[in-house]
Amino acid sequence: MSQPDLIIHDEKDNVGVVVIETTKKGQECNAWIMENDKTININSTNAVPLGHKIALKDLKEGDTILKYGHDIGKVVKSIKKGEHVHVHNVKTKKW
Amino acid sequence: MEIPKSFLGYKRENGRAGTRNHVIILPVDDISNACAEAVANNIKGTIALPHSYGRLQFGADLELHFRTMIGTGKNPNVAAVIVIGIEPKWTKRIVDEIAKTGKPVEGFHIERTGDIGTIMKASKKAQEFSQWASEKQREECPLSDLWISVKCGESDTTSGLASNPTVGNLMEKLEPSGVHLCFGETSELTGAETVCAARGATPEAKDKFMKTWNAYNDFILKEATDDLSESQPTAGNIAGGLTTIEEKAFGNFQKIGNLKFIDVLEPAEEPKKGKGLYFMDTSSAAAECVTLQAAGGFNIHLFPTGQGNIIGNPIEPVVKLTANPLTAKLMKEHVDCDVSKILSREMNLSQAGDELIKTMLRVANGRLTCAEALGHREFVMTKLYRSA
Repeated sequence: MSQPDLIIHDEKDNVGVVVIETTKKGQECNAWIMENDKTININSTNAVPLGHKIALKDLKEGDTILKYGHDIGKVVKSIKKGEHVHVHNVKTKKW
Repeated sequence: MEIPKSFLGYKRENGRAGTRNHVIILPVDDISNACAEAVANNIKGTIALPHSYGRLQFGADLELHFRTMIGTGKNPNVAAVIVIGIEPKWTKRIVDEIAKTGKPVEGFHIERTGDIGTIMKASKKAQEFSQWASEKQREECPLSDLWISVKCGESDTTSGLASNPTVGNLMEKLEPSGVHLCFGETSELTGAETVCAARGATPEAKDKFMKTWNAYNDFILKEATDDLSESQPTAGNIAGGLTTIEEKAFGNFQKIGNLKFIDVLEPAEEPKKGKGLYFMDTSSAAAECVTLQAAGGFNIHLFPTGQGNIIGNPIEPVVKLTANPLTAKLMKEHVDCDVSKILSREMNLSQAGDELIKTMLRVANGRLTCAEALGHREFVMTKLYRSA
């Protein structure tokens, strides 16, 4: 049980959360999926700080971000697998 | 871990038990703060609870003011109460309701006497109460005497990953012991509202939750000038990696574990359906929320934080936990329970839940929380609308 670089809540999620102080640009990250206890690898395109999210697949405008297996907002600027996912490319559907 | 069956608390006249033994000086209104603070300054072992409101309120807003004042006085963490208001009628209404618990309570009004005369009279009574309360001893109380409220703040993604689920784990473990539990934060369930409503134990509870959430959401949409992205999520939330209110809501929702809620409470309303989990309609601002939960009768609070919220409450001890390793390191003096090892998988959720139970019980038994040691006494009234 090694220390993960990313944690993913649910198998359905298309984002994972950085749980180390920061990822390095191009770092091959070890991502643990809590729900099924599986591990996947994902290359971090940017340096992404603790608590921030990384895309697990290519996402286009209008796509839904899934975290906890639930809808947490919409993509407003296309995102490539491994890129930082945050307020610059994702918005709420609520207000 | 075997769940402890008891804690050391202060048994009160009405059968409840406190984790603290405060003598409070409660001003009815803003203009009585000076008098209340002078009394608390005169008489050691008492604390004043100054606040900003209490004049010319009306309707539901006034009722909430009274409910908060009365509930604060009735809270079992309070041994005795001095109530000071400008006018006799509202002062008496609060005194009479607190008196129903059987605890010592006395009211003073300032009109026709002035501050100095009132301070003298109230100080004499406060001295009597303080010395009386100082002889109270902690006794063994069943765990079911704990009424545990929860609220998270300065959340980030580590809250939803680890510290909020730790609270959920504690709830799942302690619910069978017959404790009362309470979560709130109506606005911060936005995005998770239907998932949350589905956790209502009865069709009535589900329905009441959706009505409450809809009313809050309608109000927010009506008052919002642009969007709420400046406030929800907050700048601190965003710095911590939270992107949208929906993401924040699902993280928030982890605090109740797999439990169902049995009823929906008005702000500061005391639960009446016995043990179990309640939802209380509250703001998501930390001090407002905890003040309302304390007024609802809750005697110990669990507060998970991501980026490092520092809130405390004058009567309800606020136990803080974090899973953010930077917060645990940089703001150590605010963290009662560090569960950051969950993220490195050196600790699992169940172990974290056990740690939190142990920490909470030490606080219930008398250990000062970080917020208490640092002097945090945020007492903030919720105001529904403009005064007349």
